[in-house]
Amino acid sequence: MINHIYQLIAAGTVSIKYEDISFGNKVIVRPEYMALCHADQRYFSGQRDAATMKKKLPMALIHECCGRVIYDPTGKLSVGQRVVLIPNTPPENYKGEIYENYVEGATFRSSGYDGFMQELVEINADRVVPFGDIDPKIAAITEFVSVCVHACRRFNAIAHSRQEHVGIWGDGSLAFTVANVIKAMFPEIKIAVVGMQRQKLAQFSFVEETYLSNELPSDFKIDHAFECCGGGGSYYAIEDIIAHIRPQGSLMLMGVSEHQVPINTRMVLEKGMTLVGSSRSGRADFEKAVEILEKRDIQHRLRVIIFEDKPVKNIEDIYRVFQSDLATPFKTVFKWEV
Amino acid sequence: MIFGAILAGGIGSRMRIVDMPKQFMPLGDKPIIMHTLEKFLTCNQLDATFVGVHPDWVGYMNDLVAKHLPHAKDNIFVVAGGNDRNGTIMNIIAAIEEKYGENDEHIIVTHDSVRPFVSLRMIEENIAAAKEYGAVDTVSPAIDTIVVSENGEFITDIPERTKMYQGQTPQSFKITLLKELYASLSEDEKKILTDACKICAVRNHPVFLVNGSVTNMKITTPGDYKIAEAMVGGNLID
Repeated sequence: MINHIYQLIAAGTVSIKYEDISFGNKVIVRPEYMALCHADQRYFSGQRDAATMKKKLPMALIHECCGRVIYDPTGKLSVGQRVVLIPNTPPENYKGEIYENYVEGATFRSSGYDGFMQELVEINADRVVPFGDIDPKIAAITEFVSVCVHACRRFNAIAHSRQEHVGIWGDGSLAFTVANVIKAMFPEIKIAVVGMQRQKLAQFSFVEETYLSNELPSDFKIDHAFECCGGGGSYYAIEDIIAHIRPQGSLMLMGVSEHQVPINTRMVLEKGMTLVGSSRSGRADFEKAVEILEKRDIQHRLRVIIFEDKPVKNIEDIYRVFQSDLATPFKTVFKWEV
Repeated sequence: MIFGAILAGGIGSRMRIVDMPKQFMPLGDKPIIMHTLEKFLTCNQLDATFVGVHPDWVGYMNDLVAKHLPHAKDNIFVVAGGNDRNGTIMNIIAAIEEKYGENDEHIIVTHDSVRPFVSLRMIEENIAAAKEYGAVDTVSPAIDTIVVSENGEFITDIPERTKMYQGQTPQSFKITLLKELYASLSEDEKKILTDACKICAVRNHPVFLVNGSVTNMKITTPGDYKIAEAMVGGNLID
């Protein structure tokens, strides 16, 4: 059949590519809900540098998506089963030594390869994870949650065992979700969130402490930290963390910055810190994310950071969604009805 | 229940490229009609899909289904078409009722086999609107100015373009409604009223409009075929 793929061909311009797909050896999924990521917005609004835009376009955006199975050649999934889609695809000879989201040869949808903005998505059977009792609007951000799960799993593998106090720098959607995932995976850890806006910090009702970054007490200490700022905030957050972290603490770096960020390496050395880069996620992280999301209280909390836009039926609707996303601090989620 | 009805009763007299009916010509790697049929199979709401083909091509169509769609063959039924478009629809309705019985809630989503660029959205919106209104047409706003001429020599009228649409398919109906209206036509009317939605319109039954698309084109002429091949990146055949 002729599949309709909604590709970004230049900043702010989407065009349909028609591609023949068949009922073959891959699963076919009808996307149902999608969520926007800052990375998509940076491509759409042309914030990536010209060389990157030229190299990666045209391509369909969006790597956060859930949908329903239309066809499964393996027979493991029934038609109509709801699934979340994994945007990362490891190479065929992947052996598991390196995490699948970092291994050389892995491809990632909406970063050089067509993302999920398609009428139907043809995908390998091991790249879908079924889910049950999760509102599909929430399930749309499973990839986002799985990225937080991945960071937590790496934290657990790397950080020393004294984990009483963990600091999260950032008061946006990423910080909020990381805080939720930490509470779900390591309920004994006490969390302090450091942010810029009092109203946003007020949303973190389930953590032990919140601080405005300019009111942080000088004797404030944490064992480990998660940096969830990115952009221009990365420098200040990392500087703060280095100042307040206890010796041999681990810093999980999660925020993306388009610019190089200076780091006070003298203090990193002096404290014997471990800096860990964490991005994207793999199948194990998705499975854990689905398990976490099936808890009702987590779903209720995550609703706070979701803004549901009107359904998308055509290219004009795609433009509207990217435009309205610029005006909201929340995760933009929308129903896909093309 | 909801049924797809792919209309492929024609023998392609307008194409003149090969002796094969145009719906069986290749588009990319497979016949045009298979692209159309496969898109219908992706719609979970359809209980079964019927394909109406010229009686001479029923065996050929059955072979295509067996070859390309073995996993779905139990939900695809090939039916001999009638003398015209509505005749083919009525043959399909007869086959549906023979297999599934008559029911006031049965809906039929009819579609031209040579419109393979139909989207799942159009099919889903047809079904939703057919449940509510009983009759649905898929249309695309007219881009060119529409000119009316009674004699083919001089303009009779130029209607306001914003009110003009080009009719496409799918066209969807509650089966009992369509049968009832079709039965009310005289033989002369049946010859003129070849469009199923027009039957509803002339009998004053409201027909709801679903947005089509310029790309939901009907592959009818060699020019259309070239455009369609270019759209899917296939090999152009002159």
